[in-house]
Amino acid sequence: MKLTPDDLKRIAHLARITVSDADVAQLETQLNGIFGLIDKLQAVDTKGLEPLSHPLDVIADMTQRLRVDLITENNQREVNMANAPSQENGLFLVPRVLD
Amino acid sequence: MNFVHSTLKDLRVALDTKQVSAAELAEVFLARAEKALALNIFLHIDRGLTLGQAREADARIARGDVGALTGIPVAHKDIFVTKDWRSTAGSRMLADYVSPFDAAVVEKLGAGAGMVCLGKLNCDEFAMGSSNENSAFGPVRNPWNPVKIPGGSSGGSAAAIAAGLTPAATGTDTGGSLRQPAAMCGITAIKPTYGRVSRFGLIAFASSLDQGGPMAKSAEDCALLLEAMAGFDERDSTSLNSNETKTPILARFSEAFGSGERASAGSPLQGVRIGVPKEFFGAGLAPDVANAVDAALSEFEKLGASCVEISLPRTSLSIPAYYVIAPAEASSNLSRFDGVRYGHRTRKYNDLAEMIANSRAEGFGAEVKRRILTGAYVLSHGYYDAYYLQAQRVRRLIGLDFQEAFKSCDFIMGPVAPTTAWDIGAKNNDPVAMYLEDIYTLGVSLAGLPGMSVPCGFGDGNMPIGLQIIGNYFDEGRMLAAAHQYQQVTDWHTRRPEAFA
Repeated sequence: MKLTPDDLKRIAHLARITVSDADVAQLETQLNGIFGLIDKLQAVDTKGLEPLSHPLDVIADMTQRLRVDLITENNQREVNMANAPSQENGLFLVPRVLD
Repeated sequence: MNFVHSTLKDLRVALDTKQVSAAELAEVFLARAEKALALNIFLHIDRGLTLGQAREADARIARGDVGALTGIPVAHKDIFVTKDWRSTAGSRMLADYVSPFDAAVVEKLGAGAGMVCLGKLNCDEFAMGSSNENSAFGPVRNPWNPVKIPGGSSGGSAAAIAAGLTPAATGTDTGGSLRQPAAMCGITAIKPTYGRVSRFGLIAFASSLDQGGPMAKSAEDCALLLEAMAGFDERDSTSLNSNETKTPILARFSEAFGSGERASAGSPLQGVRIGVPKEFFGAGLAPDVANAVDAALSEFEKLGASCVEISLPRTSLSIPAYYVIAPAEASSNLSRFDGVRYGHRTRKYNDLAEMIANSRAEGFGAEVKRRILTGAYVLSHGYYDAYYLQAQRVRRLIGLDFQEAFKSCDFIMGPVAPTTAWDIGAKNNDPVAMYLEDIYTLGVSLAGLPGMSVPCGFGDGNMPIGLQIIGNYFDEGRMLAAAHQYQQVTDWHTRRPEAFA
């Protein structure tokens, strides 16, 4: 498989990262190199195997632990907003979305 | 006594017998950090904060509220968030970020154990890299030779220990990021079983792989640190709360091999079987590394252990499997950086979509972008099955291979990395060449097994070499004990770079 410049622009859009034409040219070489490596997986026979998402699932059934749906945090609005690039009246500011 | 290269045990004695105060100890190490700025190890030092914590530790010592680590300095990889020091993850995206809370590890070692934080340590951006050159704040230089990389991604942590800028440091390992820099800087580190150490407050890269661990000068020091770092945390959904994790690591460490007839006979490891995977010694392993690892295995045999050849047949497949799974999880985890709530925001935009895409383009470095894009592709419609699920199936095969191997051995040993540290800039523009360097560490990460790096000699140009010790799940205590026995009869772990001796 070979990624084309159009594929790369589509992925960059999916990932919400602006890329220039020069970026695309460099990424084309680098990502095709990476996919050359990754494509070795296709030759492996994995029939009948369950995908492993939790590594310890190799030795035991690792069901995701759940907790009771309760409020555990105090209101920390000011602390949590201290890193906001732009804010007003305790709200995050972004460019106008609706007119 | 200047305490710079003392063990944690010796520092404990010095503090308890009033040879030195926690504040004086902090001053000693802060002064060394100031003299070593050229290595670019620390990203944030704040004297006032450190000395404040040291005074608190001294007060605890004065009233007898003392644990094994109270008053001893530690520095954190800048991937753990801290509410006082900046938390950047080595990224421009978080250049000015100050966390509203402390990571679980920071809390346990700080408020819990009473360690004194010296500051935050440089690392590859979002822990993605094997050389520390991916930090937005410049590469860390190896104290053994400043033209060389320190390894990555916990390169600042490893270099800080080697240069004697701190007696203890934290790091994280997603595909080898504790073990490989430890090997390249000649220090000791352990990546615990996945789920042992809480990921709460560890800035996420690949959540099914990320695991925090200690870095220090010896296995014994690592045992003390890991004991304080580990434990169930309900704030991390994959934190383990099983019988195995409730047994103290330090108890296992002290009980194993340490006492009785065998120890006095000089063969404390009698009966221990070491599996040597043939795939770890093939083409690609540098002769200087192979020689040092062979010599270390002979040393383990002298201690009474026996070596058996084993096979980990999918070793080479661990690279493609990892470089699908880790980028996939990274692309998902790093989607939170949008320039809206925190992090870098671009000045150039006309609308919200452009603001987000430009903020991410400016805030992330080249390697992080490559991984996000790779991840977005393997998760995208039509490719998820062929890449992501296939990689997870191969991951299961790799995990099963290790379980098969452990039927005939107690530990697996081999090299950590194929070569010693390379020159800064040598592999910078070739991501595939860089990825291939991770061949001996990735399988352990994919399987979630504990893995260590222990100094075992020096190669060409007097650069350090690490022996990798891989244990079965939850066997950290015994691994550390075996490494401790090795460190009783060798002195590689006590060697220091001349400029920082």
